[in-house]
Amino acid sequence: MKISWRKHLNTLGPLVGLIFVVVIFATLLAWKDVMDGREFSGETGVSFFASIKDTDFYGLKAFLGGANAKIVLTQTVIVALGALGMTVVIISGGIDLSAGSVVALCSVVGAQLLNTSWASPWGVVLITVAAGGVVGLVNGGVVAGLRMMPFIVTLGMMTIARGAAKWLGGNQTVNFPDTPLLNLMALHKPDAFFPLPYGVWITAGLAVLTALLLRQTIFGRYVFAIGSNEATARLCGIRVQWMKVVVYALAGLYFGLAGLMQMARLAQGDPTVAIGLELDMIAAVVIGGASLNGGAGSVAGSMVGALIMTTLRSGSQLMGWPNYFQEIIIGTVIVLAVALDRLRHRAAK
Amino acid sequence: MPTPRLKTTDIHKSFGATKALRGVSFEVMPGEVHALIGENGAGKSTLMKVLSGAHEQDSGTLELNGQPFHPGNPLNARQAGVAMIYQELNLAPDLTVEENILLGREPSRFGIIDRRQRRKQALHALDELEHHVPLDVPVNRLTIAEQQLVEIARALVFEPKVLIMDEPTSSLTQQDAKNLFRVIRQLKQRGVSVIYISHFLEECQQIADRYTVLRDGESVGSGEMKNARLDEIIHLMVGREIADIYPPHARQPGNVIFDIHELAGYEKPSDVTLELRQGEILGMAGLVGAGRTETLRAVFGLDRIRRGKVYYLKNNLTQRSPRGSWRNGLGMVSENRKEEGLMLDHSLADNLCLTRYRPFSSFGWINRRQQLAATIEVMTKLDVRAREASQSIGELSGGNQQKIAIGRLLHHDADILLLDEPTRGIDVGSKQQIYRIMNELAEQGKSVIFVSSYLPELLGVCDRIGVMCRGVLSGIRPVQDWTEHEIIAAATGQK
Repeated sequence: MKISWRKHLNTLGPLVGLIFVVVIFATLLAWKDVMDGREFSGETGVSFFASIKDTDFYGLKAFLGGANAKIVLTQTVIVALGALGMTVVIISGGIDLSAGSVVALCSVVGAQLLNTSWASPWGVVLITVAAGGVVGLVNGGVVAGLRMMPFIVTLGMMTIARGAAKWLGGNQTVNFPDTPLLNLMALHKPDAFFPLPYGVWITAGLAVLTALLLRQTIFGRYVFAIGSNEATARLCGIRVQWMKVVVYALAGLYFGLAGLMQMARLAQGDPTVAIGLELDMIAAVVIGGASLNGGAGSVAGSMVGALIMTTLRSGSQLMGWPNYFQEIIIGTVIVLAVALDRLRHRAAK
Repeated sequence: MPTPRLKTTDIHKSFGATKALRGVSFEVMPGEVHALIGENGAGKSTLMKVLSGAHEQDSGTLELNGQPFHPGNPLNARQAGVAMIYQELNLAPDLTVEENILLGREPSRFGIIDRRQRRKQALHALDELEHHVPLDVPVNRLTIAEQQLVEIARALVFEPKVLIMDEPTSSLTQQDAKNLFRVIRQLKQRGVSVIYISHFLEECQQIADRYTVLRDGESVGSGEMKNARLDEIIHLMVGREIADIYPPHARQPGNVIFDIHELAGYEKPSDVTLELRQGEILGMAGLVGAGRTETLRAVFGLDRIRRGKVYYLKNNLTQRSPRGSWRNGLGMVSENRKEEGLMLDHSLADNLCLTRYRPFSSFGWINRRQQLAATIEVMTKLDVRAREASQSIGELSGGNQQKIAIGRLLHHDADILLLDEPTRGIDVGSKQQIYRIMNELAEQGKSVIFVSSYLPELLGVCDRIGVMCRGVLSGIRPVQDWTEHEIIAAATGQK
């Protein structure tokens, strides 16, 4: 009985973390609302509970309201798509540091394509996503072919892809004419939760597909196997190097799609966007319970991890905290989340 | 009679239910080379770890120069004058010879290394060995023999009274071994006692003054080396009868179906030829490091082959990948269960089915329920004790883990089974079940190559046995024609 309860705790761990973050910020914002209200009306002499009654809780409502939830979900799309690819890579025992640069590169690729006359919106989508896949293919090819550390290979690719993005964009942002692709990230009816931008639905759908891919297919089992124990995987006849190529290429496709979303969100291709975004993706995956040693991780966990990252940002903004303070908070939460996860695993043993 | 330099009395040590040492007593005199002899698993390594402070004994006493000796940890032991040189050398490969010799003991002032002093001490240590290894070269550029000298020099910095050497010649050439003996004699003249562990009896005879034989964790005899006869020592090493834990078998192996011809790898093996019949268990005996594991790995496609051929039913299987081997009906169990056998953090089901998902998948999509059912079927057949098929395999005992590792070949329905030390480190009950499984498989017409360092099980289970010595497989004979003495003699390179 006790053991099965623990098992559920393990899968729910990140979700509990998300709820925790939401509750903390709701409390902080409510507190702030009350204090602001007292200051505004000059009721400093009145008891605290009396002023609660008079407070409008504007900030709290804004944080928990449907409109903000929609913004949070939309802001999560790019990190979440990247985190999907990163989940597969990390479970296989690798890492991809080039993800942020690939997002920028693909946003420029998409923007430049929209400036040509021959590419239809669908063509733009296909070519942009494929561009990400090609970068991933190169990553995987070098990692597998030369037996190199993924950390080094993708570190190099991080700079290469960034340079390529600047080159393609002529070292500046690339504007493009109006296109239906902007609907991917556009917030129609900003006061209500629905309709959600297409990007949110696409991300949700891909998350389900990726989860099924990892859990229910032979390919997914092999990804876990090479991350868990590469020597065993090889002994058991899995084509380990070939798998690595496929894994990085697949991740590249996700990063390419994230780049397309980035382009739609900014309504321009920006070669200097998404610097350090790969670290947000990695943080989301690790908060979601994956191990950087490979062999462990889940799509659900990574998605919740990505939501935690965006919720932290959103809450901090509503609190009116300056940017540097947000960064300190987010960094602390990443370390704390993983520390708690390790403690939980040790307790389970 | 002088006080012994080192004396152990009735040492016992258990790991869980396994009794590694069951009463070891022996003494080493000052300036004596004492050979410690025993089969694999006799308890030599455990004893050495107790002496060098890596383990603590459960009961029994250690005395150093007549004083009680409680090392507690390797550093204390070394400071008290007991140093150990392991079979696997422990050097920092990128540091220079000089840095390695004084690693952790650098002469310094206010945290700054006194280089001149360090050089002096390093030279001094090497001078005592009367060998000159360049001091400024990183040790990974040295030969194994030179690296070993560096390791010995490092031990000498502590001015040891007792130096323990575990299989020091196992990776040396004959010439290097001779040099090593000269070094040992020099140490001896300086009054250092050397405990010399080796499988090679002839070497022990050359270098040692006295010997002690260990068997099943007990010291069963000791004496002067020059009066001893090798066959007496071998008798002490073996000294037991084959218990009836081996299933009786009366199979008649069929035609030759699997054929290895003059196989050689890049380091080991150097020459392996064998023919395997249908429904046969062929044993491969030999010392650790003789090249048995490397042979199986080369056959299976895990290591590269330099020359030679592998045929299965007249099909050339030479230099396939592991994937190709599985597809052609070969299966292998690695000697290293944790590092190359299983995914410990994954479920029994996934560990069992990793090579063959096809029976319960379509278009790459796995039917979980069918997979679990197939797993439970194998678990029942092999008597695997586990809570559920989706339990993570790391939670099981070693014996049950190993049954799953072998179960993988059953699930795959492999016809040629390469088993590398399949009973290492598991309890007797599980061993017995594994023998039974092997026996059943052979009766069904599967063929097995069985590598083991434990002679009784080879003699109890196999149809024929070949012995590997220094990379060469020779003398495959029916099991009835072998005795343990003869196998040991062949494995240690005696005629």
